[in-house]
Amino acid sequence: MEWRWDFTWEILPRMLWATGNTLMAAGVGYLIAVIVGLLLMLGQRTPYRLVNFIVREVVEFIRSTPLLVQLFFVFFVAPQFGIKLSAWTAGMLTIGLHFGTYLSEVYRGALEGVPKAQWEACRALNFTTAYTYRKIVLPQAFPIALPGMGNYLVGIFKDTPLLATIGVAELMHTANALGAETYRYLEPYTMVGFIFLIISLPTAMGLRRLEAAVDRAQGKTRY
Amino acid sequence: MTLDTLHPQTLPKGGPLVRFANVTKSYGSLTVLDQLNLDIEQNEMVSIIGPSGSGKTTVLRVLMTLETINDGVIFVDGEPLTHMPNGNGLMIANEKYLRERRSKIGMVFQQFNLFPHMTALQNCVEAPMQVLGLSRDEAEERALNLLDLVGMSAKKDQHPSRLSGGQQQRVAIARALAMRPKVMLLDEVTSALDPEVIGEVLNVIRSLNSEHNLTMIMVTHQMGFAREISDRVCFFYEGKIAEQGTPGQLFDDPQNERTKQFLHAVLDAN
Amino acid sequence: MSYLEFLSEYLPKLVSGAGMTVMVMICATVLAVVISIIFGLMRLSSNFTIQTAATVYIEFFRGTSLLVQLYWIYYVLPLMGLTLSPFVSGVLALGLNFGAYGAEVFRGGIQSVPRGQYEAAIALNMSPAKRMLRIIIPQTFSLILPPAANLTVELLKATALVALITVVDLMFVAKQLNATTWLSAQVFGTTLIVYYVMARFGLIPFLRSLEGRAARMVGKS
Repeated sequence: MEWRWDFTWEILPRMLWATGNTLMAAGVGYLIAVIVGLLLMLGQRTPYRLVNFIVREVVEFIRSTPLLVQLFFVFFVAPQFGIKLSAWTAGMLTIGLHFGTYLSEVYRGALEGVPKAQWEACRALNFTTAYTYRKIVLPQAFPIALPGMGNYLVGIFKDTPLLATIGVAELMHTANALGAETYRYLEPYTMVGFIFLIISLPTAMGLRRLEAAVDRAQGKTRY
Repeated sequence: MTLDTLHPQTLPKGGPLVRFANVTKSYGSLTVLDQLNLDIEQNEMVSIIGPSGSGKTTVLRVLMTLETINDGVIFVDGEPLTHMPNGNGLMIANEKYLRERRSKIGMVFQQFNLFPHMTALQNCVEAPMQVLGLSRDEAEERALNLLDLVGMSAKKDQHPSRLSGGQQQRVAIARALAMRPKVMLLDEVTSALDPEVIGEVLNVIRSLNSEHNLTMIMVTHQMGFAREISDRVCFFYEGKIAEQGTPGQLFDDPQNERTKQFLHAVLDAN
Repeated sequence: MSYLEFLSEYLPKLVSGAGMTVMVMICATVLAVVISIIFGLMRLSSNFTIQTAATVYIEFFRGTSLLVQLYWIYYVLPLMGLTLSPFVSGVLALGLNFGAYGAEVFRGGIQSVPRGQYEAAIALNMSPAKRMLRIIIPQTFSLILPPAANLTVELLKATALVALITVVDLMFVAKQLNATTWLSAQVFGTTLIVYYVMARFGLIPFLRSLEGRAARMVGKS
């Protein structure tokens, strides 16, 4: 099996377009996850024990089950209940919910990572709860949450191929289609792998730099 | 590879057990040992005192080959330790050579460093079995004798997490002795202990010195103890020996200004 | 049909699929553990070539998507002359991918063992190999089990992907049942529950007990 460069250039435009689609999917999915995560975390800190418990169990359930199964569930079950969802929407919602549960854990860990003494100092200085969160706690929780949030951004990007299984025209799906059309799988699949690599590696490096910059801005030196 | 031709490839018979010959150790631009010359005789008990950063712990660490030196040679039992013979000079020793000679030196650490996943007995038989090749029975016999010596026989099957600091340190001494070293290095072995257990460790060291005549180099802040059992005391300052002598000489009649200042500060604190 | 009728008719099929899931998971875990230890140690080597080779491997498998790796092994390798069964392809992809993550966890564990342990081993004149095997690695286990446990749960979930290369595991059976019965809610809902039960009531308690044993090994009860 020989690598054919002419074929590679031929399919490149379609691959690039699919890459754009993938990036958009990852971006939208991530935004949904960030917000859902916040809601889920707050849902575990309400004054109502029962609500906290239910939200916690739901989060555990979603975190412990495969994204692929959840995708199929949403995609096939929603129409049966009368909800019309395009593959794209189903995919975005599911990814947003799935990774939202991961992010809620990241937020929770970050908040718990702020030393209790900080809260006590704010109480002693008579700050309001809103001010405490805004000026003292969240700024300290943010650098703790950042690595986790960054990892899941890259993680969502790498899970977008699962959307291909429900028909979303992202990279993997396009590669499959190209392979089926032309009977050549070598170039499309290898290019997919390569494109993932050249996007996720710089992103991961950029995230590490961002973490270091945030640490420096808060006066902590980083090795 | 730089060849050292200044120093002999062996020392004459009857010489010191340990010799530091022009030893220099630097970390970057910071010189911690400055052209150190120090001889330790057989059966001698030498205490090293001095302010922090004076290089006293580094003396032990380079002798135990935990760190490499930048200049000079260390001899143990007549042969070079840090270097090996090459042609008519000496070059830096490789791992194989070091392993042949390192067994002559044993060390007890400030933080004990017992292996947490092994019992006291297992800690003491591990190296004799793995390194010296003793059978389990031989190693256990040796270990049990040593644990008895340090008063830890009753706790031989306990893990370190169940032992007090003083008990752990005594096991650490037994563990080091199990290798039958020619010289024992004691690096501030009581500095991490609660006051009430320091005594039991000092007692062990005392008996090692008086009954077993072991050659020992001890870095310590316990001035009273150093005075009591040492044959010689060295006062270190900024990487050099500022003054040395018998305990009587150094503690009662220090000659060097720095020594006087240090002793004043230490005795004032007490 | 009611849910109970559904269960009595189709649950056995799903459970047999789950059996294959467990098989895939166990084989992939074994491979991943071996790779983690080897490449974790390689990453700590002072030899530049060895260390770089390990870094390249780790960054490559962590930086690319598991599904892409899976497809590549199953569809592209045969074009190069190496044809592997779906099961082997799945285990290989999972093992290589999670082995890369595991290598970093293992490396972190080794580096977390206190320096004093290394020094004590040197003072007792132990060779580097004995030092690593008898002193450092045993202490690493209690340090790496929590993150390793997370990876193992992730691996269990990731096994669902092998259904896409025709391994007859739980996900595959679910897709089949869905295609024949169109009882999507029951099929995929039950599948989710089976995965949940496997993770929450099977895998996680097992991992907890391992963590307990490792902690007891270093004397913390």
